[in-house]
Formats: sequence, C-alpha cells, structure tokens
Amino acid sequence: MSDSILVVVEQREGKLNRVSWETLTAGQALAAETGWTLEAAIVGSAVADLGNEVAAKKVAKVYAVESPNLEPYTPDAFSAALKQFIESKQPKLMLMPHTYQVRDFIPKLATAMGRTAITDCIGYKKEGGKLLFTRQMFQGKLAADVSFSCDAPWFVTFQNGAFRGDKAEAGASAAPVETVNVQLADGVIRNKPQEVFKEAKQAVDLTQAEIIVSVGRGIKEQKNIELAKQLAEALGGELAASRPICDSGWLPMDRQIGSSGQTVAPKLYLALGISGAIQHIVGMKGSRTIIAINKDSEAPIFEIADYAVVGNLFDIVPPLIEEVKKAKAGS
Amino acid sequence: MKILVCMKQVPQKDAPLKLNESGAWIREDVSYEVNEPDAYALEEALRQKEKHGGEVVVITSGPARAQQVLREALAKGADRAIHLEDNAFVGLDALNTGRAFAAAIKDETFDLIFTGLQSDDYGYAQTGVVLAELLGWPHATIIMQIEKSDAGIRVKRELEAGFFQFVDMPLPAVLTIQSGINKLRYATLIGIKQAKNKPLRKVAMAEVQSAVTGNLQKIERLYVPLKTKNTEFLEGPAGEVARKLVDKLRNEVRVL
Repeated sequence: MSDSILVVVEQREGKLNRVSWETLTAGQALAAETGWTLEAAIVGSAVADLGNEVAAKKVAKVYAVESPNLEPYTPDAFSAALKQFIESKQPKLMLMPHTYQVRDFIPKLATAMGRTAITDCIGYKKEGGKLLFTRQMFQGKLAADVSFSCDAPWFVTFQNGAFRGDKAEAGASAAPVETVNVQLADGVIRNKPQEVFKEAKQAVDLTQAEIIVSVGRGIKEQKNIELAKQLAEALGGELAASRPICDSGWLPMDRQIGSSGQTVAPKLYLALGISGAIQHIVGMKGSRTIIAINKDSEAPIFEIADYAVVGNLFDIVPPLIEEVKKAKAGS
Repeated sequence: MKILVCMKQVPQKDAPLKLNESGAWIREDVSYEVNEPDAYALEEALRQKEKHGGEVVVITSGPARAQQVLREALAKGADRAIHLEDNAFVGLDALNTGRAFAAAIKDETFDLIFTGLQSDDYGYAQTGVVLAELLGWPHATIIMQIEKSDAGIRVKRELEAGFFQFVDMPLPAVLTIQSGINKLRYATLIGIKQAKNKPLRKVAMAEVQSAVTGNLQKIERLYVPLKTKNTEFLEGPAGEVARKLVDKLRNEVRVL
C-alpha cells in the first residue's frame, strides 16, 4: 500500500465547511511534492452525498465515515470513529482545517493513538526528504518550522486562509466514494450537545462593509472609541474591533473581527491600536488594503499592512479625520 | 467543587524577542507574565469556588521563574499550588506536558480541570484536550460559561462567527476556557500576604519521569517571519502623516 495523505473534510449539520477546500488544496500540493496518494474522508451520520461533492475534486478516493452516533458532533464520537478508520486504512499524513471543531478533537485523537498533532500551520517545506510544517509562534512575532519525531500517522491542521480554497483542482472524473461504517460502543459518548445558536442580534453585517475602521487595545479607554467612530463616519465605513474590546463590553459582539467573530475582506481595513494577534488576523488578512497605526514597531500587524504608521493613534487620528473631511469636501 | 487550573508563564505581550544561538528557541532574558487565557481560567475557578465551595489548586511546569504565576494565583485566592520545576520540563510538547501533569496529580481527586484555550507563546491549543484523553475524562473547549447541573455541568461552547452551543457533561471533566468569559480580579494586599503561607508543592522530573518520553515533534528552527507584503511606512509629524494617508486613500486605495 503506497503512502497516503488523508484530508478530513469538515461538515457541520449536513453542510460542507468550505474551509475544507483550502485543506484539499494543501493536500494536493503535498501529494504532488511527495508522490503520496491523496484521499479524503468525511465524517458524520449520512454523508455519502457530501462525499460526492468532494469526489469531484482531484483525489484518488473519498471515504464517507459513517455512524448515526456521529450526529451531532462530539469529540468522543469523532475521535473513536477516526481512530478506527486510521487503524484500518493507515494513512501516513492526516490534514484538517484548524476550525474550532477540529481543535476540539484532534489532540484527543492524536493522544489516543500515542501520536502528536502540529496545529495551526501556515505552510510546509520539504527538506532532505523530511516534511516540515511552518507555524506562527508568539502571536505571530516569530515563525517555526516543525517536524515529526515519531512514526506515522502524523496529524496536521492548517490555519484559515493559509491555502486558497478556489485553487483546489477538479478531478478529470469523479473519484470513487466508499462508505465505511464505524461501530461506536455504548457509553463512548459522554457529552450531550444542544442546538447551535447565534447569540448577538446581528445589527450590522461587517462582511458587507467596504471600509472598516477597527480598534484594538491601543484605544485604551471606552470613551476613546468615539474617535474611531468619527473616523469611520468621515470615511463612510463601519466600526469594528478585536476581541478584547468586545469582551470588555466597549463594543457589541457583532462588531468583533477574528476567529470567534466575523471574517471580512473589505476594500480598506484601518487597524487602530491593534497588535495583530493571530486570532484577529485570520479574520481580516484577506482585506484588499490594510492600514495599521500602532506605537509598537514590532507589532505583528505590520507584517500584513500595506501602509504602516508607527506612532500614537491619538496624535494621528484627529488630523486624519480633518484631512479626510477636507478631501471629501472636494478641496 | 475541587478544581485544578493549569497555568503557563509566557513572555510578556510586548517583550522584544531575540533568537538564541541554537536558533530553535528565544533568548530567555525577557519579562514574563501569566498566559492571558489561563488568567481567565483561574478567575472562573475562583468564581465557581465562591459559588459552590471547594478548593482551587493551580499547577504549572517551568523553570523557577514560573513560580511567579503560582504566587499570583495564590494571592488571588487559589488554595494551593503545584510546581513541576525542572529545566527538563521546558520545551516539552503538549503530549508530554499532559503526561507530566497527569502523573503529578495521580493521587488527587478533582471534579474539574481548567486550562486556558491556548498559550500565547506556542498557540497549539492542545494541552487541556490531551490531558482529558490521558485521564479518560470528557472535555469541552473554548468555554464561555459553566453552570452546575443535576447530571454534572452545562457549559457554553463558543463556535466561529458568533455562534454558540450548550453542552451537558458529567463530572469529572476538563474544560479549556476562552478569554473574556469573565472579568479578571486583582490580588488584594491581604491576598498577597496570605499567599506566602499557602502550600506550594514542588515536583522534580524524577517523580514523573516514567510517564514522560522524548518529544514527538521538534522545532527545527525559529525565525523572523518572511514578509510577503511590501509595507510602506509613512513617517513624519502627525499632520504630515495624516496628509500622506489621505493621499494614499485617494490615489491608491481609491476610497475618497
């Protein structure tokens, strides 16, 4: 049996999570690099239909790993099901998107198999026959190339946006889809999940905004948000924030940008006093133009900014508001 | 409720980081602080104790300097601390850290174990879930609320894009706690004084050696990230920078 790469495609409540296409792109690239076979698996209750969607892409085979106990998602069920599957099919490398669901079970699965997971990777390298996985450390200030020092199976998760979902190649013909039934013993599942729900009434849809002015901890106090609000108004944009601002209740949760909030890609993202922690960056790195103002020259936000100002936002934003107003007035 | 909180000491958020000679880690001559999600985990444990009674124990693995995190936790109201203090604990991967913790607490009977959802230095988000598997306990991650229930606990799990989910779980269980679940308290002067008399048990590597193996993954190198963007830095006095920005907004970004 040749070495294989297995992309575990994510579904939630019967719908494919589109971030899985990014993982498939990564899998195709790794398969081309290593010469290993690329396969995919989708885990759930009745997922053969979703398997057919995946089978349209360039993969050798798709497995629908099924059990009625896999709906709703629980880490116990997913870990047990995949452990059974891996022991039978023996993939060498397992790839998954770094979603909140994957984070919930992948360390459990890896540990149950006496293995380890390299998580939240942004890329990979092949050096002298060894695979290295690149990931950010210290909230993006440094990068690390990490290798496995154990036998396969190897578990890797990729960060949102690390690969392009639209670059996942279609297959010349549909790949075979094989249903694999897994047995989960009574008592394996201990959690009882309830319905998924949205909490904040979404008064604003930031994903539709062309211009976003976003504030981070550098705004220092709640009353200073007024300054950012004035800038947003002058520009005709929307106000947004990183997580700590919303946690403090300074702005409502529907203004949050990041892994727990909205993912946006506006024409202009203006980051005021935002350091650029990974959880925030994943929510806005696709913006067309990023302008960052921060007094810390080492802030990771500057790595993705198109225009950068190292300085005090309280010195810069007031004249900026005036200049924007002047420009709009046609002077 | 007997609650264990796993805490980590990490470089301060704005600490300037430099690579060490091996190029596989940072120079340790920086300032350190508690990993922020772990501070929220501790706060949550203290609130649960205030509501339901019980005991809060804090644990960390790291060099001597990591004791500071335990002292602060005791000052805030934790009852006792466990320090896996041995240079050999530094740089252990999540699996081996989990193994070391499990071995260190094998004679204890906790109802709940909290960790922060991830550390700000490694950012793997694994140790809590690893520990749950090693102990054979149920777990839930990225938790924003915990309520006692007849069958155990009901937790509110955070999902992406503003979604949430309640999960009913039996005890004992491991929970990884999300930042912002509560508001952090400050240690009081009395608390700081009382902390000096609270039990702090040190655990050397020899005590848990049989549980631990070599790392299953290796950081080959650490480096300043390669920039893919051509960032243009705008400089000068505030008024001038404002004019330069507007220039860009008009001519390059075309939003004016």
